[in-house]
Amino acid sequence: MSFLFDYGTLRLTWWLLLGVLLIGFAVMDGFDLGVAALIPWVGRNDVERRIAINAIGPVWEGNQVWLILGAGAIFAAWPPLYAVAFSGFYPAMFIALVALILRPVGFKFRSKVEHPLWRSTWDWTLTVGGAAAALVFGVAVGNALEGAPFAFDQDLRASYHITLIGLLNPFALLAGLVSLAMLVMHGAAYLGVKADEPVAGRARRAGRAAALATIVLFAIGGLAVAFVVKGYRVVSAIDPSAPSNPLGKTVEQGTGLLLANYGLHPWTLAAPILGFAGAALAFLLLASSRRPAAALLATSASVIGIVATAGVSMFPFLLPSSESPASGLTVWDASSSRLTLAIMLVSVVMFVPIVLAYTAWVYYALRGRVTAQGVADGGHGGAY
Amino acid sequence: MPAVDVVTLSRIQFGMTAMYHFLFVPLTLGLSLLLAIMESVYVMTGRTIWRDMTKFWGLLFGVNFAMGVATGVTMEFQFGTNWAYYSHYVGDVFGAPLALEGLMAFFLEATFIGLFFFGWERLSKVGHLVVTWLVAIGSNLSALWILIANGWMQHPVGAAFDYRTMRMEMTSFWAVLFNPVAQVKFVHTVSAGYVTGAVFVLAIGAIYLLLRRDVELARRSMTVAASFGLASALSVVVLGDESGYTATANQKMKIAAIEAMWDTEPPPASLTLFGFPDSKAEVTRDRIAIPWALGLIATRSVDTPIPGVKELVADAERRIRDGMPAYAALQALRANPDDAAAKATLADHGGNLGYALLLKRYAPNVVDASDDQIAEAARDTMPAIAPLFWSFRVMVGLGFLFIAVFAYAFWLSARRALDRRRWFLWLAALILPAPWIASELGWFVAESGRQPWAIEGVLPTFLGQSSVAASDVWFSLIGFVLFYSALAVVEVYLMVRTIRLGPALVAAPEGARGMGAAP
Repeated sequence: MSFLFDYGTLRLTWWLLLGVLLIGFAVMDGFDLGVAALIPWVGRNDVERRIAINAIGPVWEGNQVWLILGAGAIFAAWPPLYAVAFSGFYPAMFIALVALILRPVGFKFRSKVEHPLWRSTWDWTLTVGGAAAALVFGVAVGNALEGAPFAFDQDLRASYHITLIGLLNPFALLAGLVSLAMLVMHGAAYLGVKADEPVAGRARRAGRAAALATIVLFAIGGLAVAFVVKGYRVVSAIDPSAPSNPLGKTVEQGTGLLLANYGLHPWTLAAPILGFAGAALAFLLLASSRRPAAALLATSASVIGIVATAGVSMFPFLLPSSESPASGLTVWDASSSRLTLAIMLVSVVMFVPIVLAYTAWVYYALRGRVTAQGVADGGHGGAY
Repeated sequence: MPAVDVVTLSRIQFGMTAMYHFLFVPLTLGLSLLLAIMESVYVMTGRTIWRDMTKFWGLLFGVNFAMGVATGVTMEFQFGTNWAYYSHYVGDVFGAPLALEGLMAFFLEATFIGLFFFGWERLSKVGHLVVTWLVAIGSNLSALWILIANGWMQHPVGAAFDYRTMRMEMTSFWAVLFNPVAQVKFVHTVSAGYVTGAVFVLAIGAIYLLLRRDVELARRSMTVAASFGLASALSVVVLGDESGYTATANQKMKIAAIEAMWDTEPPPASLTLFGFPDSKAEVTRDRIAIPWALGLIATRSVDTPIPGVKELVADAERRIRDGMPAYAALQALRANPDDAAAKATLADHGGNLGYALLLKRYAPNVVDASDDQIAEAARDTMPAIAPLFWSFRVMVGLGFLFIAVFAYAFWLSARRALDRRRWFLWLAALILPAPWIASELGWFVAESGRQPWAIEGVLPTFLGQSSVAASDVWFSLIGFVLFYSALAVVEVYLMVRTIRLGPALVAAPEGARGMGAAP
């Protein structure tokens, strides 16, 4: 089937698919992380906290697969990106891993013993795990936007001068806060749909604050990329079908280049506009309990817009290098072979719709709010 | 070249986290299928004890599953964090089955596992049964994909080196997919998982019978475990033999090392039952051997020789020398990508490029390596023999023990005499840890026996590492030890607690809307 696909087109398609998978992760697992981060604020006693936890209890496991698949797809479709990003951000990856491991066990272990100290320990584990993961993913995106200090040698072995302190620079922390605010907003909207009062009401109030924070922080981020953060541009000729070797290009660095794509293709402004508009709409809808589903759609739209903004701003870069700009990874020189991209594309086109279909069926089977009564008699979704 | 100790630290970390991960995987594989079988009986007969059984073993399954998922994320991340050059060098081939594992298997099991626990009241009987089967199928599919990936590390088919991108690129997806090593390993590994699940159920059932509690549930569970376990234990041994047969063709050094066979014997070779391998003197002391047996098992013929370790080291030296011009050609092609002579040399000698890369440890430029360095690199192709020799023998011994135990349990349960043989109940309870020991040893043999290669004949392990600081790896390694130990304590505590509280946790009084989890 591979002869049907042109290498350059496949690469562009896989750039879009990477966006789809990361957006899938941010939208699906995002509300899990947001809900977990909100537990102490929306649940004042054990039953209320269990309502919040049970709202995501049956679905978080499947949602987390979006992250696993995202990482797997980067491995398969963008191996150099996988190699550089995972090893270059080594300490951050370890922290993200610990957060991601604490979540499954926290969900499962919490309910098994009734002692208050046991439960509050796991509640805080879930909260910190959720918030830390949301923050770390944002910090990673922030660092990707700025470019990371790495360089390839002739064997294409990457070396780097990345430190944990360096990763936690002001712009990356700002990106981390955008991510945290955005996912808390999204998680709050999800609780607005799935949780009973008073949990849902508290979530809505928290969600409005988070929506405002998202708008403000995202706007500050926009100003930062316009006036402070340097972007990158490939100045040599690009051959979209060249073998994947990043060293053959010339790259320049400059302030404001992260906004260049919006000037070249004004329609891409739809991404940041969606980010702002979704959050603003969520702020309005979360004021009342009448339109919970619409509020969740609005926060989802905001998440899609904000993640897409990061991708569009960097294009064609996947991960620029601040140390050796020519080593920066782009869509045109950091992909898998044509055959691998084609096989993976066929697989994704076949299986993602199936996954979406059965995921939708599971949400349908679990429809309805999680109530205190349901949690108490262990019937209506009281497994945790 | 990064310092060698980063490789060692990364290997310790990968080995440790992989073995830890594999404490949970085989139980998930086996128990998921046992749950599906038990629930099928419930749906077919309508007898609620089978539903209670599904729910009770489901509780233990859930605790185990969460740990398997959690520790599995570590495995995926580590290829990137600690083995970045590996990821670059083979990601084009190796990444695809990992991504497909997520797409086809993880989504299936992880999406439906929630409904397994939360869906008893919300789905019809048959609907819930379908959910349980989908969880089991998802778990088993994930084993298929990860073993296709691992099989490729053992036997890298369907790929070729591309000098322009400095990596292996896929040439045939079908070859990777239908790699004979992967197929055999898959069946061997899932069968081992089924044995683990069956021993788990058999042992805990035996404990209940010894304590004379939950007798009905325990007896039925043991009956299911005995028949399922017997079939699986037979399959594990037969497929293990098949695995040895395919390895004979593809990984001769691994076979020679497992058998501590230093010299090539006239065919058919004898099979060493016991002995003490000595890597310094290159002999096996106090050897007890069965004439002909190895030759017959490993080659299924009487006249095919099985090369010994010494012959294979000499062969490696020849291949290293043959690969050196390929490396020189690679450097020439970097200077001038149109160098036709270099392209021809690379085409002729490229098959042994991986062997030339073994020299990088001693001579970073490869082409100027001395005879001593070449001999040293060739000796590196010999893995640590004594641990392989012993691990393999313990694993095989346990395999036969499982067949015997399940066969006797099957016979007893057919005669409804399970609770009358207390010595057997004690035995069944005591072998609880055995399948985990066998599985871990099996992986040790497979992966340690692959050394010094990350990808057999293609990429030496030490080249696969990331250029990270040793301090960073120390930080994560110590972090994992502390964190995983703490989790193990909680996990064991919860497992023991659930077993002690027992089926009463799920056997809700009639009419109550009991979900089946802890209060």
